Amino acid sequence: MADSPAVSVLDEHGAFRPTAAAEPYADRAASVTTEQKLRFLTDMVETRAFDVAAANLQRQGHLALWVSSWGQEAAQVGSARATRPQDTVFPAYREHAVGMIRGLDPLAIVRLLRGVAHGTWDPAESGNFQHYCLVLGSQTLHATGFAMGVQFDGATATGDPERDEAVIVYLGDGATSQGDSNEALVFAASYRTPQVFFIQNNHWAISVPVERQSRVPLAQRASGFGMPGVRIDGNDVLAAYAVTGSMLDAARSGEGPGLIEALTYRIGGHSSSDDPTKYRAEEELQRWALLDPILRLRRHLEVEGVGAEVFDGIDARAADLAADVRRRTLELTEPPVASMFEHVYAEPHPLMDEQLRWLQDYEASFGGDR
Amino acid sequence: MTTMPMVRALNAGLKQAMADDAKVLLMGEDVGALGGVFRVTEGLQAEFGDQRVLDTPLAESGIVGAAIGLALRGYRPVCEIQFDGFVYPAFDQITSQLAKITNRHQGRLSMPIVIRIPYGGHIGAVEHHQESPETLFAHTAGLRVVSPSTPNDAYWMIQQSIASNDPVVFFEPKGRYWPKGEVDLARPALDLHASRVVRTGTDATLIGYGPMVSVLLAAAEVAAEEGRSLEVVDVRSLSPIDWQPIVASVEKTGRAIVAHEASGFLGLGAEIAATVTERAFYSLEAPVLRVTGFDIPFPPARLEKLHLPDADRVLDAVDRAFAY
Ligand SMILES: Cc1ncc(C[n+]2csc(CCOP(=O)(O)OP(=O)(O)O)c2C)c(N)n1
Ligand SMILES: [Mg+2]
Repeated sequence: MADSPAVSVLDEHGAFRPTAAAEPYADRAASVTTEQKLRFLTDMVETRAFDVAAANLQRQGHLALWVSSWGQEAAQVGSARATRPQDTVFPAYREHAVGMIRGLDPLAIVRLLRGVAHGTWDPAESGNFQHYCLVLGSQTLHATGFAMGVQFDGATATGDPERDEAVIVYLGDGATSQGDSNEALVFAASYRTPQVFFIQNNHWAISVPVERQSRVPLAQRASGFGMPGVRIDGNDVLAAYAVTGSMLDAARSGEGPGLIEALTYRIGGHSSSDDPTKYRAEEELQRWALLDPILRLRRHLEVEGVGAEVFDGIDARAADLAADVRRRTLELTEPPVASMFEHVYAEPHPLMDEQLRWLQDYEASFGGDR
Repeated sequence: MTTMPMVRALNAGLKQAMADDAKVLLMGEDVGALGGVFRVTEGLQAEFGDQRVLDTPLAESGIVGAAIGLALRGYRPVCEIQFDGFVYPAFDQITSQLAKITNRHQGRLSMPIVIRIPYGGHIGAVEHHQESPETLFAHTAGLRVVSPSTPNDAYWMIQQSIASNDPVVFFEPKGRYWPKGEVDLARPALDLHASRVVRTGTDATLIGYGPMVSVLLAAAEVAAEEGRSLEVVDVRSLSPIDWQPIVASVEKTGRAIVAHEASGFLGLGAEIAATVTERAFYSLEAPVLRVTGFDIPFPPARLEKLHLPDADRVLDAVDRAFAY
């Protein structure tokens, strides 16, 4: 299954060698400037540094949970950099790079996984990066409905790619089995929504290998729903960028939805609670570790003549970002008690006021020594 | 007698049920090689093979719907839902199908399916991982709902649930998975649907189930030091409820406090308060009081302690019951 042709532009060593499947995207990939590539590299390195810092914070008890994007940076960065400002993004829960590229303060992700609130950012102020969704597959329908609205509003397919909106939704290989995900594909195809389904096939759904979810490449499923499906090398940032850009632009020009399956690998455990040695082979991990997306782009840039001092600068800025996140995490204060009762409803609700008042009086009865 | 935590007791109970009946299957997400995210099914796939312990595709409606088909074919599936908050994709299969098939078939066949759901708080997790949805199922005719509070009950109740010809929604208090307790491997102490007095007392009755029982026992311990004698009843079975021990206790003490982590509004506490009031009205010195989670979404980890009823909140209600 892993052998079915995938769009790949950079080979394992970072050389620009598009595969046959990449032919329709080769020009787009070739037109990416060195400056853009350095931007992609910076995004990936910063995401990795953030990930490591957050995992450490979790280990030290500052976060309830951490879900890592280690290994999946190219799929996330390439696809996110292919979105346009007017687009809307529906993530699953490990799309940290996508969020940061859309303008989300990474501390918001930390606060979410620390357990400060269930939603810690305003999508309208974070590049239309919607909230993380922990119930697998749910977000796919939200994205589809949103894209239907975009269409009904006449905000797409006007012929102006600078304004026409599109929607991208992220899901994992495991989540493709959910009813919601399949229903979203049906709705999207039925209404020809301006939308891309971006599957990060990291080969595992916690301990369950992707073969349990599908006997065929996930990209192949798209045609059964009535939309194009493209499999890409998800550790190749240029492939992710070119294919996503092409599919998003097709969507925004009125050609309907599409699906991308990005082959990548979850280098870490499923989450900070997981022990992957219980179910997967060390050789598999080692094989994928050699295909590290950051290393690949860096090699490519080295061949293009980028000097060591440039990489050092990127690494240093990423270290600063991680240190800044760490510092701001340690400065976080506890959420106010009242926040539990706030915004449960949009309109006043008597039980909320009553129960908050009860709790405040009750806590006060301990005179602050509780 | 042997001592083990609830996760091991459940594992041993499942293993025994599988050894006793070749039609018993386990199915769910990550229940195979990993042994479940809480390790309840650890080692069972290695022992019984992957046709008896199935790592399913990732879809809860699929798990329960397929279990119904397997039951129609004569199997006795035990489904694991990974966390309380992820049962809802299966809600339609559970409430519209599983709960009603026996009735539809006019008793010609039954649905011997167990749905195991780790539930409740105290683990400081993110959204959807600490909910208490038991009322939704207890409210649905055709489903039996139980929740053990000790390793011994877990060991026996899981086997009794699997042996039941009705669908049983089996709520496992995940916050109580790890404390050890005595397990009597020789014979069950009680019927699956029996409630039980777990501490005797004379002044008031504390009523709870699953994760609350240890909290109620702790509250009774503190109260005893202060000279108040509290009786504690473990409800164990949420549908049906075995009223006799509960009503008898309240008739003796004259005061009742019901506690659960689930929200109070229309929770099991409301049902218990109403029934106790109907059946023990002339014995009551005070209204039956409820100590519950607030009527809000389960809060983020940093606030969960304020939401979950603790011994202090229970004792506060006891004080109020005595103030009438
Ligand atoms: C409806 C639902 N069921 C179960 C879970 C528990 N769970 C969380 S992540 C996960 C595996 C997801 O795998 P995949 O979709 O491949 O995404 P990945 O974690 O690999 O990025 C499971 C079973 C959940 N979050 N939601
Ligand atoms: Mg996956």
